[in-house]
Amino acid sequence: MKDSEVRNSSLDISGVSKAFHSGSAGLQVLDNINLHIQPGEFICLVGGSGCGKTTLLRIVAGLDPSYTGTILLGSNRVLGPGLDRGLVFQEHRLLPWLTVRENVAFGIGDLPTAQRFERVQQYIDLVGLRGFEQSYPHQLSGGMAQRVAIARALVGHPQLLLLDEPFGALDALTRIRMQKELLRIWEAQRTTMILVTHDIDEAIYLSDRVVIMSPRPGTIQRVVPVSLARPRDRNGEQATELRKTIYREFFGGEEELKDYEI
Amino acid sequence: MSTTEQNATIVRTAAVREVASRPKGRFTQRPDRWLGAVVPVLGIVLWEGFARIGVFPPNELPAPSVVAQTIFDLAASGDLWKHAGITLFRIAVGFLVGATAGTLLGGLTGYVLLARKLFDPVLQSLRNIPSMAWVPLFLLWMGIQESSKIALIALGAFFPVYLNLSSAMSHVDPKMIEVGKVYRLNSIQMIARVILPAALPEYFVGLRSGLGLAWMFVVAAEIMGASRGLGFLMIDGQMTGRASIILATVILFACLGKGTDLLLEVIGRRLLRYKSK
Repeated sequence: MKDSEVRNSSLDISGVSKAFHSGSAGLQVLDNINLHIQPGEFICLVGGSGCGKTTLLRIVAGLDPSYTGTILLGSNRVLGPGLDRGLVFQEHRLLPWLTVRENVAFGIGDLPTAQRFERVQQYIDLVGLRGFEQSYPHQLSGGMAQRVAIARALVGHPQLLLLDEPFGALDALTRIRMQKELLRIWEAQRTTMILVTHDIDEAIYLSDRVVIMSPRPGTIQRVVPVSLARPRDRNGEQATELRKTIYREFFGGEEELKDYEI
Repeated sequence: MSTTEQNATIVRTAAVREVASRPKGRFTQRPDRWLGAVVPVLGIVLWEGFARIGVFPPNELPAPSVVAQTIFDLAASGDLWKHAGITLFRIAVGFLVGATAGTLLGGLTGYVLLARKLFDPVLQSLRNIPSMAWVPLFLLWMGIQESSKIALIALGAFFPVYLNLSSAMSHVDPKMIEVGKVYRLNSIQMIARVILPAALPEYFVGLRSGLGLAWMFVVAAEIMGASRGLGFLMIDGQMTGRASIILATVILFACLGKGTDLLLEVIGRRLLRYKSK
């Protein structure tokens, strides 16, 4: 696991814009996005629907190559998908005909069989699914399936893990448990993580910096550093203060939030 | 993994709370399964009874016991093996040829868009020709020997296999394809590891209905012109006025058809075991 720490490199997003063309009217989805992410940093992209946060993540993942601007992972330009980046989707997207073990192994490139087996087992253990190696995805709960998806994304030792609303489809209790799990994994692996969410509490609980995006066209409105020590108290004074700050970014003066409580 | 094992793991792993509970159907299904046999068994008993007291004329509808005796006699004289053997041979070769062609063309049109645009409209319109309409042409081209029969059976098996594979491969969930892209699969890996496994269930549906049509067409082919085979035996029974022979071949067709289908089903279930597990 140590070698993955060494290989981590920074992500440099500069001047990234993206437009969808439907008919004659073009829709500006992203407009001049600039973001520098340190190795090992945990970033959350927060914003309402249509702010381009998922599009930005897909561009970084290499699934959407038609953008302007530059994205550098270390010294490599991002032009397509690569094994240096892991991606977790909102749905688990496990292949239903593969067992948990085979699904996780799907994330490894070329490796000798014995080494491969060992690495896959290591990541199954990491996400706490020992004993379920032979299960098929439909036998797993939503949270378990998403754990497998995280293992699949991490097993190839990516420098960067991209998560697109990974817990959005889970119930509230499972979501909280999964957030804790993800932090534990991040602390163990120190992989750089970018997580897209619309859940402000999730962003405050997890990230080093919350990147707030606003829609039409998608731009970065503000970056809020979260300098709280982990493990964080979700309802601590500072967390509440941050939550207010972020809410103010979204709703401006139109709504005072003094009565906001969770 | 058995249920008890699963339960044990659930207790161990805190994260596992929502594993679907198994339906309790195992014991409730049992009586239902036997319920389905009541009507046929009753039917056979009544049929036997009525035939014996002479309600059914024996030259038109002989008793089940007589039909069974006929099958036994056919088996004892060796005729059964001769006729069933050649019929099975025709099915095997015809199905293999048709299913192979259907697999190749279905795979091609399912994966390559240009091939789909080129071939699919033609094949779709050929499909609308009633298959029996090919018989005179096949007889003219290939004569009354084996090849014309096998061609007809192959034609029957071809279309379901082609249609199912082609449509399944072209409709693989784009989200699954995207997973393949994320892990940088090349085209061949994408086909082998994502597209084909995803298309497999529908492909098996195609194979099974192709086999069903192959059995339909072997009857047609053998009735129209053969000197051996179960279809010939059937026509022979009609010509010589032996209803028991006709009924015996009907039963043999049913058993053999079901048997070969079961074979495919078992293979399919093995390959698709992730679904039932």
